[in-house]
This record gives sequence, structure tokens and C-alpha cells, in this order.
Amino acid sequence: MASASEEAAITQSRHELFDVSLVVNGVPRTVRVPARRLLSDCLRHDLRLTGTHVGCEHGVCGACTVLLDGVAARSCLMLAVTADGARITTVEGLTQPDGTLSAVQQAFADCHGLQCGFCTPGFLTTITAGLAENPDPTEAQAREIIGGNLCRCTGYQNIVKAVLRAAELRRAAGLRGAGAK
Amino acid sequence: MTAMFGEPIPRVEDDRLLRGDGAYLDDLGHDALAAAFVRSPHAHARVLDIDVSGALDVDGVAAIYAYEDLDGRVAEPLPLLIPHPALTHGRTGYPLAAGEVNYVGEPVVMVVAADRYLAEDAADRIMVDYEPLPAVVGVDAARAAERLVHPDVPGNVAGHLVQENGDAVAAIASAAHTLDLDLYIERSASTPLEGRGVLARWDTESRRLRIWTSTQTSTGVRAAVAAKLGLALADVDVITPDVGGAFGVKIVHPWPEEVLVPWAAKLLGRPVKYTEDRIEHFVASAHERGQRHQVRVGFDDDGRILGLDVRFWHDNGAYIPYGLIVPIITSTQLLGPYKPGAYRVEFSSLYTNTVIVTPFRGAGRPQGVFVMERTIDAVAAALGLDRAVVRERNFIRPEEMPYDQGLIFQDGRPLIYDSGDYPAALARLKAMVGWDGFAAEQAAARAQGRRLGIGLACYVEGTGVGPYEGAHVVVETSGKVKVATGLTSQGQGHQTVLAQIVADELGVPMRDIEVVTGDTRAFGYAVGTFASRTAVMSGSAVALAARAARAKAIRVAAAALEAAPEDMEITGGIVGIKGDPESGIALGTVAVLSNPLRYAFDEAAQAATQFAGGDAGAPPVAEGDEPGIEGRAFFSPLRSTFASGVHAVIVETDPDTAEVRILRYCVVHDCGTLINPRIVEGQIHGGVAQGVGGALYERIAYDETGQLQNASFMDFLMPYV
Repeated sequence: MASASEEAAITQSRHELFDVSLVVNGVPRTVRVPARRLLSDCLRHDLRLTGTHVGCEHGVCGACTVLLDGVAARSCLMLAVTADGARITTVEGLTQPDGTLSAVQQAFADCHGLQCGFCTPGFLTTITAGLAENPDPTEAQAREIIGGNLCRCTGYQNIVKAVLRAAELRRAAGLRGAGAK
Repeated sequence: MTAMFGEPIPRVEDDRLLRGDGAYLDDLGHDALAAAFVRSPHAHARVLDIDVSGALDVDGVAAIYAYEDLDGRVAEPLPLLIPHPALTHGRTGYPLAAGEVNYVGEPVVMVVAADRYLAEDAADRIMVDYEPLPAVVGVDAARAAERLVHPDVPGNVAGHLVQENGDAVAAIASAAHTLDLDLYIERSASTPLEGRGVLARWDTESRRLRIWTSTQTSTGVRAAVAAKLGLALADVDVITPDVGGAFGVKIVHPWPEEVLVPWAAKLLGRPVKYTEDRIEHFVASAHERGQRHQVRVGFDDDGRILGLDVRFWHDNGAYIPYGLIVPIITSTQLLGPYKPGAYRVEFSSLYTNTVIVTPFRGAGRPQGVFVMERTIDAVAAALGLDRAVVRERNFIRPEEMPYDQGLIFQDGRPLIYDSGDYPAALARLKAMVGWDGFAAEQAAARAQGRRLGIGLACYVEGTGVGPYEGAHVVVETSGKVKVATGLTSQGQGHQTVLAQIVADELGVPMRDIEVVTGDTRAFGYAVGTFASRTAVMSGSAVALAARAARAKAIRVAAAALEAAPEDMEITGGIVGIKGDPESGIALGTVAVLSNPLRYAFDEAAQAATQFAGGDAGAPPVAEGDEPGIEGRAFFSPLRSTFASGVHAVIVETDPDTAEVRILRYCVVHDCGTLINPRIVEGQIHGGVAQGVGGALYERIAYDETGQLQNASFMDFLMPYV
């Protein structure tokens, strides 16, 4: 049991609010959150960007993956306050400014890479980062890219196809390397 | 126009889901209070005292409820959903523990607060005093019955059922060969990526309840919650949002939380939401599969099974809300494509101090198939025969269809297979996997120090389970077609395949069709999504409803064009005279004409107003007719229909690491007419992955005290890529 003064300190820490500045999908946002607010909850419930999903809250399933300064990161394993100043891309930010789907999104549609769609945002962000790093993956490398994400519906075969298809679409669009969607 | 039925078109669901615009349960209700639960840490205990005093002053707490706070029918046990004469000792839990807990995870106290963080803060401060009782864990402990889960249930036996076709015991006694097998399957769980969740809003002005829940049956939840809360069905809407997978676990209803959240929302006059987290899903939703089987089989020199006697024990967990469905499916679907000379099956469904056991994809069939296929392999091994040959010799022949297995199936109807060509399926599979050449392949690998093995398994899958599904199709005056069916979707692409059916039946383009599922506001009569029944049940109902709408559209258009209805057709959303494309009227205009108006709401509607013409000698709406282009129909088959299939796999094993690598996996599945082959393939991919997971990786591991040892994705191993 914590002492009374420790309890009071804990209670205070639960309620003290911090300003967090983020650039989310290219838009500067500021939120006031308690220190313990998970980044996933901040995105979903404070910023109402509910495309990022929470499947396990312990960093295994990958559904909550977002791009943090371009790098795939599990938003359920991070506090919002620690992301202060970061540029974040969520699934909502993968779509092109003109509304067309990104190569990865389009590839999932082409290859029937999703069923219930709950894990999908995490796959899309993970693959987006993976292809930025390795634009021409072999099938084995495609599997490596998605090795840390769980899907219970598809059996993964069509997701692997979608990774390769996305690489093909990116090549056709002349996109190479980091930063490109 | 190209037929849509049978085309592997991309799914209409995908665009929304790919943009992050899906709306799953926890994406809704940002204004709602959040519920959290204090759950039992003991597998079996008496609840002596609940002290909530430390939680009352936590900021943001709106309410705290224990069993004593529940009222009316909310304080009664949850319903026993599927009663059966053999279920002699059915027991169900209470929404909150009523003095006793029977599994780790059973809800004891509900906290409602401003957000989930605060609700969990308060839950942490609630002190529950338990008197632990000895726990019954696992099939063997339940059978031994040295301890009881429920003191008034002797032997821990919830139900006991025997079915016989012929005299199996005598047939085995007189057979040339007999074998005994002891076969066990461990527990697994559906484990959708999205857990359960429910949001409820009580409208204090209209005094109506609206519920969103991540379910496989919105009409079931509606009926159950209305009964619990004493509300008229008409005053309760249940809406299924996007559902992040289910695989059986979400057919159970009402969950404790599905009763308590609407009850609290009504009491507080505020929206309340509960979102299950992952550990709660492991300990407090449902599992399946755990069964021990004893098989005695008698067969002749050719491997023909003369008698089969199966006894098994099913672990149903602490309560049995879903009845005996899982062991009934094991006991009947065990026979698969085979026709033993005589069959006897006997099972007991046993209580244990673990979370409830309810259907998970296959719902008892995987156990039955495992038992039968192991038995056939054992027969083949005993006789030194090819396993495929022994299967072939025991198959029901196509010319014997329809084939009566002489048992009662899970729908309460005779187990009569309507169709199937098992020898053809097996022949095709053998060619695909290279069955006949495998011995050489294996020997070649062996020479390189690699160890290969091959396995195969056959099954028959009952689907199209009743009692019914229905559908409604309406043509809007815009020409858009709204389709509703009551069962729910959780990723199977129902919006796409049902729209494909309507596109062909009604002659309209896909882009003009919108399908709604699982929303009681759109269609209030339904059973639910389980047992691969949607295409058969709702697919048929949707086709019938679309045909009714088509007939009406043709009748109205024929009258307007002074043509005979039999000379009319609908293509591309235009109703016209066959062979005369210029004659056509847009379907939306036909909808306008079908509804005699006094008031024009736009220019098109002027054609239907009372000074626009029409037969002054007849009523504007003929006797027995209705305004509008609509169709409403139900499909209720006499009994289930049966799909079947054969799988084969070649694996390589590493004797040092025990790693198993799948080299080739082949499936021949007779699913009847394919509506969308791309979606069918996706379903099969996913089913195979879950089967591989069940065979090689997944095991729900309780220790002897009833603590779940692997309640996380780190420790419960689902297949990854």
C-alpha cells in the first residue's frame, strides 16, 4: 500500500495536464492530456482519429502502429507526452491529398488483403514504413516487413501479396525510398 | 450487363476501412461514460464482502454497482439460450456475481466513470473479500468429480446425450479387427483482434434505448436486453457497427456487460460504453475445443468400418449459456463423409471453474474431424493400407445422396446430407498434392537428411442452419436500391456478396446498391451470423426479396408503357420492353410512379400526383397492392445443407528443434455455387490459418488452480506470417 502522501502525489499526477504539440497527418495539433494518457488513446479519443486501433495494449498485435517521424511505432506502448514535438502519420494520413488511396491501401483492395479491417491500419502503416526503407522487397522480405503484426482473418497470404503489389504500384508511380507514400 | 454473381470483384467494404473510416465499437460514443469491471481473481470462491468506500471519492466516478444493486430481471441469471432435453442441469451466471464466483474473470463490481482511466482507478480501490473454494479445472478433474463446481449439479454433469444408428457395440464385437484410441484436444479461443464492446444510449425524452454492440446477433441482443430491462422490442434498437472479427465468440448474448451497460445508461440517463481489453478477452469472454474422446472401432480386412463407438467428455466451463451445441456438433459431424456400419456416440458436458465454452469457428466439428481422421489413419496403419484408400472405401457414394446418417443434428432436424461427391474431391486432392508420388519425394528428402510427412483429412460441414433469415429491398426514387438483412457482418464481405445477388436479380449496377446488416432499425427479424450460414440464408432471402421488387417494378412499368409484363426486362437500372432499349423508364422513375402522390416533392414526383392522369375509374392503389417498389422475403429451409472438403498437407519437421514447416497445403472444398470466388478464397485462407494455429500453436493453459497462464498475445501463440 502506498502511504497517504504517495497516494496524494499519485492522484495529483493523474490529474495534472500537459500540453502536447504534435503534427498529425501534416496538421499541427495541441492537446492537454494527463501524463499517463497513451498515445493511442490520445489519437483516438482526444484527436478523434479512430482509424488507429488497439488490439492488445501490450505491443504485440501491431494494430495501433503509426509512423512517428517516419518510423513505425506502437502507439499503445507510448505516452502521448513523450511524443511531444513529433510528426505522426496515422492511417487517415496515408490517403493522398486528392483523396486517392496510397499504393499500400490500393494494393490491399486489389489483393483482398483485409477482411474485418481491424488490424488493417497497423499493417498499412507498417508496410508504408517498410517499403520506404526497402522499395523492392522479395517475398521473404515482404514477410519480414509484416512479421510483427497479427491478423486473425486472412491467414496472411493476401497481405504478403499486397506488400508486393504495393511495391509494384509505387514503382509504377515512380516513387522511391524514404518519405514517399 | 455482365452478371455479378460469380465474379471475383473487389469488396465494396474496403475503401472505407482502408482510409481509417471504419466505425468499430470503441470508435463511437466519445461522449459516453466508461465502464470498468472488478473481476474475480479466484477460479472458485464465495464473495464475503465488497467494500467500495475507497472508490467513491475517485474523481469522475458516476456509479458503482454490485449484485445487491441490481433490480428486476437484471438480478436474475442470464438466459440459457439453447435449451435441450439432454441439458438436465443447465446453469448460467449472473450479470454480477451473486455471492459466488466460478471462474477467474467473472465480473463482480461494475464502475462507471468519466473515462476508462478513472473507472479503472476506482475499480483498483474496491476491496472484495473472498473465501476461496477448491477449483475444478480440466476434463479429467471434472469427470473425477471429487469437487463440484455447482453444489447442486452431481458429477459436474450439465448434460448427457446418446445417439445410435444401428448396434455399434455388437458390430464391433463381431468385427475381424478392433482398435481403441484415446484422443484429446486442448482449449483454444476465437480471439478476434477486436474484443467485445457495447455502447448504450437511453433517450430520456422518447424513452427509447439504442445499443451498439460488437455482436454476431443484433436481434438476439435486442430481445434479450428488452426482456431483462422490461422494455418493448419496439423501444429498443440494436445496431452492429463494424465488427473486428468474431469467429463465434460474439454469438453469445447477452454478455453480462451487454445487460449492465444498457441498464446503467437507462438508470443514469447518460450514454455508457464498455470496451473489453485484451486480458479481459482472454479471461472473461469464451473458449472452445477442450474435449477428451475414447474411440472403439471394429473393421474388416479391407478397412471398412463396421462399428464405431465414441464416448467423449466436453469441458463447458463454469456455465452453459449456449447449451449443448458444441458437443452435439462433434457427435454428429464426426461422421464426416463416412458411413460406418453402425455408430454409437455418447457425451457428457462437464462444468469446470474456467471461463465459459461456446462456439469457436467449427464449433465442435474440428474435434469430431480430428477423432474420425485419426481413427481412419489408425485403421489404415493397423492393416498396412494406404490412408487414402481406407477413406475411399468408407465414403458415402454420390449415388447414395441424399444420405440419412440416422442422427439428429444441431438444428434439431435429421442429419441428412443433401449432396456431395467425396470420391471426386479426394481424387482431385490426391492429384493436387501429389499423393501417389509422395513416397518417392519423401525418400529423396530422407536421402538429404530431411524429414517430410504427409497428412490428409476429410470433413462434411453442416451449414444453412435455420430457423430463417429475411431481407428487405426497396428502390428509392433516386434509383438507389437499399437492401437490409438482419444478420450481422464481421469481415466476410456480406455487403459485397449480397449486393452481387441483388445486382443480378434486379438488374441494377453495383454502385446503386447499398446493403445494411445487423441493424434492427432496418430489419428486425433475424437469427445471426454463425455456421457459415449467411450466403445460404440471407443470400437466398435477399434474392427472393429482390425478385419481389423486380416483379413489382415490371408490373408498374408495364402499366405505364401499356405493355405485357412478360415482355419487360430490367437492365442497367432501366425497366423497358425487351429488345426496345428506347422504351425504358429508369427504375427510380418507376418507384415514383408506384407511389400515387398528392404532393410533389420534386419535378420527377409531379408525374405521380393526382392531376397527372391515371385511371379515374380505379382506386390509385389497387386493392391488395401497396405503394412503392419493395420486396420483403424470408428463407426458411427444411433443414441444414451440407458442404464438404478434403485437405492435405506436406510438412517438414526438424527432429532437433521440433519446428514444423508447411511445404504444401492443398484444399478441395465443395462450397456449392460461388458468389464471389475472391472472398471464398480469403475465407479458406483464414480458416486454414486458424486450423494450423489450433493444430500446432494455440493452447489456452489454465493451471490446476484455474489461473490462466497465457492471457496475452506474447504467450498465447496465434499464427503470424
